[in-house]
Amino acid sequence: MHFLNEHIIPFFNYWIYVIIMMLGLHAMIVKRNLIKKLIGMSIFSTAIILFYVSIGVNNGGDIQGGKPGETHGNIPVIEHELAQEASHDPSTIDHRRYANPLPHVLMLTAIVVGVATLGVGLAVTLRIYRDYDSIEEDEILAKIAAAPARQTDD
Amino acid sequence: MRLFGLFAVLVTGALLLYGVKDFPHYGAADSPANGGIVPRYYLENTMKDARVPNAVTTTLADYRGYDTMFETSVVFTAGVAIFAILRVFGGDRNRHHPDSLRIRGDQFRIIVGTTSRLLIAPIQLFALYVLAHGHHSPGGGFQGGVIIGASFLLLSVARNLGESLTRLPEQRFFTLGATGVLIYAGIGLLCLLLGHHFLDYRALQHVLPGVSPEMARSHGILGVEIGVAITVSSIMFAIYANLSTRGELKKGL
Amino acid sequence: MTEHFPVLIVIAPLFGALLCGLFGMRDHRVCLPIALAALGFSLACACGLLIRVADSGPVSYFVGGWKQPRGIGIELRADGINALVLVAIAVVSIIVAVYSHRRAEHDSVSKAPAFYVLFLLLTVGLFGITVTGDAFNLYVMVEVSSLTGYALIAMGSQPRGRFAAFQYIIMGTIGASFYLLGVGYLYLHTGALNMAQIQEILLASSTTAVPLVAFALIMVGLWIKMAFFPLGSWLPNAYTYSPNTTGSILAPLVTKVTVYIMIRIMLSVFTWEWIFQGTSWNQLVVWMSVVAILAGSVMALSQTDLKRMLCCLIIAEVGYMVGGAWLANRWGLVGSVYHILGDAFMTLTLFLAAGIFAKRARIYSIDRLDRMFRRQPLVMSGFAIGALGMIGLPPTCGFFSKWFLIRGGLESGHYEYVIALLISSLVNAVLFFRIFEIAYFGKKPSAGHDSGAHHEEAHDEHPLPHVRVDAHATDLIPLFAAASMVILTGLGSGWISGLIQRTLDEAGVPPAEVTLPGPSASKAP
Repeated sequence: MHFLNEHIIPFFNYWIYVIIMMLGLHAMIVKRNLIKKLIGMSIFSTAIILFYVSIGVNNGGDIQGGKPGETHGNIPVIEHELAQEASHDPSTIDHRRYANPLPHVLMLTAIVVGVATLGVGLAVTLRIYRDYDSIEEDEILAKIAAAPARQTDD
Repeated sequence: MRLFGLFAVLVTGALLLYGVKDFPHYGAADSPANGGIVPRYYLENTMKDARVPNAVTTTLADYRGYDTMFETSVVFTAGVAIFAILRVFGGDRNRHHPDSLRIRGDQFRIIVGTTSRLLIAPIQLFALYVLAHGHHSPGGGFQGGVIIGASFLLLSVARNLGESLTRLPEQRFFTLGATGVLIYAGIGLLCLLLGHHFLDYRALQHVLPGVSPEMARSHGILGVEIGVAITVSSIMFAIYANLSTRGELKKGL
Repeated sequence: MTEHFPVLIVIAPLFGALLCGLFGMRDHRVCLPIALAALGFSLACACGLLIRVADSGPVSYFVGGWKQPRGIGIELRADGINALVLVAIAVVSIIVAVYSHRRAEHDSVSKAPAFYVLFLLLTVGLFGITVTGDAFNLYVMVEVSSLTGYALIAMGSQPRGRFAAFQYIIMGTIGASFYLLGVGYLYLHTGALNMAQIQEILLASSTTAVPLVAFALIMVGLWIKMAFFPLGSWLPNAYTYSPNTTGSILAPLVTKVTVYIMIRIMLSVFTWEWIFQGTSWNQLVVWMSVVAILAGSVMALSQTDLKRMLCCLIIAEVGYMVGGAWLANRWGLVGSVYHILGDAFMTLTLFLAAGIFAKRARIYSIDRLDRMFRRQPLVMSGFAIGALGMIGLPPTCGFFSKWFLIRGGLESGHYEYVIALLISSLVNAVLFFRIFEIAYFGKKPSAGHDSGAHHEEAHDEHPLPHVRVDAHATDLIPLFAAASMVILTGLGSGWISGLIQRTLDEAGVPPAEVTLPGPSASKAP
């Protein structure tokens, strides 16, 4: 119980994401169907993205005991009322009231990169299907072993 | 293979969790990651430097704009790559796809067709809103571009891929895609040629009449977001067209 | 203008790729001139940057003008090691661009512009990796170069190549994601993404579990991407079955630039003292690299396919570089960086020659290089120069890099590494002299136990004993440019190693003494 309270509860988000990551990694390595491998890759990268975003969550620091909604919550957008003052004086903004924008920015990039890789992976899978009529790794390897020597290309 | 996979996964998981014990707690506001100089600077100075309330947009397009430029080029790369891998021209019309289905459901076409006809224009308008309002609320170029791409997908799912291809023909895919990234890199290059650093939008005050450096930044951010949206929307549709028809661009889903 | 060199090197090919995308899709003949112009501009800027760095030390460039406080913008940083690798990438890219004339159109005219777009974006990624000083920007650039690499391999006409590309995608994504996780752990611990800033904060804080785990994750991720045995099972298939032009640009550059990333992370993020005094892994890593060198050499001995043999040699070379960097010795590090440059040119020469044989004469296996010295002496002598470099004969660069690495191994007491290097040189000599023998004297039909296999192969592969090898000018000029770079790098080894030494001084690497609690601690002369 003590172990649970001290080691898992305060970090529960990290534990969850690591477990999801490992599920994705396991699928990528062990599964033999090409689409399942790609799904594993997608799970793996999504878990990494969630991991990063959960780093940036701000629960208000020591601004406790306010009403729900008192802290600005998890949006890194400056409210309209503060915006005018903030244009001149940066110190009017308390960074503890907003979520950290940097992990969001980094993960926008990572999401796009993940989508691009998934797209290319799917295109390659479609092409493999056209060549070998199968998307099971062992069947493809058997066909490769039985195939003739290579043809020329550029 | 199963045993090796299990072993690798357990070792990696153990390694990752071993590091977790020294992490700051979930939601800690004063951890180095959240309270360090750099993230605090972004939140505190987003209004002062660029007059943009959304700190994510400023960070994305201004402070770390170099990264975003290459992210946009990754989208362009993906479109070109999928084209290069999959596209076949003048496919074998007699080849029978053993797994192609004919979907019975023509009788629903009126419902889907009419609904989509009503929805597509508001969707695109909403996309433009998301793009332009990225300064003040969550949104921006990527999000807006994806929504526009989705509207084309809706058209090709509701009607026919051919119809959406008449609206955005294949020759335009990469022209538009390249144009978007060119707008982004071009704005950066313009700043460089005007004497400042690459992607330093302050330089735009020399070309835009009568704006302060901060508003020049704000306009620069909007400009690059537009470039991003153009690329993302055309490439999203290009990827869909190639993937769903296995490169033939003949029949669609 | 000269202070903008770091960013100009990266964006010139980007503009080239975009112009190819805009105009090349209509008329594919504009692609090659655009590519040559963009890469030529990058080469000029890279040389200018190298001269500037050699004169006045490291150069920093803050994109967007965000200089203070440090770390809010993205910093590009060029020092001696960077600048050398930039020039190497630029030279290799231009050579392959010339080589690609008319080859890209072979398969499909309408996809030729796509080839050039992907090619130029690959060079953008590689330049970007080399010049950046920000850990997350490095990840984005790695993904740009990886994605284009996957697509270039999968574009080819060989079905096996596409399956190999799929394996490469899976393994490459695992590697890049581990790197990203490592950067995430570092960010969580330090709150910074700028490499110099991370280093400052790590030095000022005590070592907890987090930096250790981050270091392990980043290293394993990079090892997967550089094909460090046994994580490199993707490499032989991917490069053997890719189109020849693609193999010629990927094989020399991608793994070497990943080795550069490893050295950069070791020097500029985690410092020398932290790695070799704070952790005790270097013995293990040196042993792993010994295994890699021996495994690569043994695998190469058993190959009959020319390109596959070269791929196994790449695995051995990566073993040299990783071992050299982890020797905890200054000469090992100098040798490792010098080997990045040298191996790029040597691998380029060998792959160009193999590509010429494959395309012009459909020769894939070593046995069919029958009497090649007489049939096509020019191509074969280009191949020979690359081979001599791999073996390690002066004045090629291979000799000097082995000299530095062996010196580092002896000084730091890692005799197992020195022995592995010598065995590998011997194996290379056996391999290449066997090829020279076949190429000069011809294949002896009664070669003993494998004569049966030879006869069958001879009947299957060619009905005629001698096929003409028509090498065009666009094949020979790149080949000779690459071969001369092999020799020039060797002749310039003094200047290059001097520049590397000065950079290591600035990076705080101690002069050649052993940081292990072990045997001999000799000083540098």
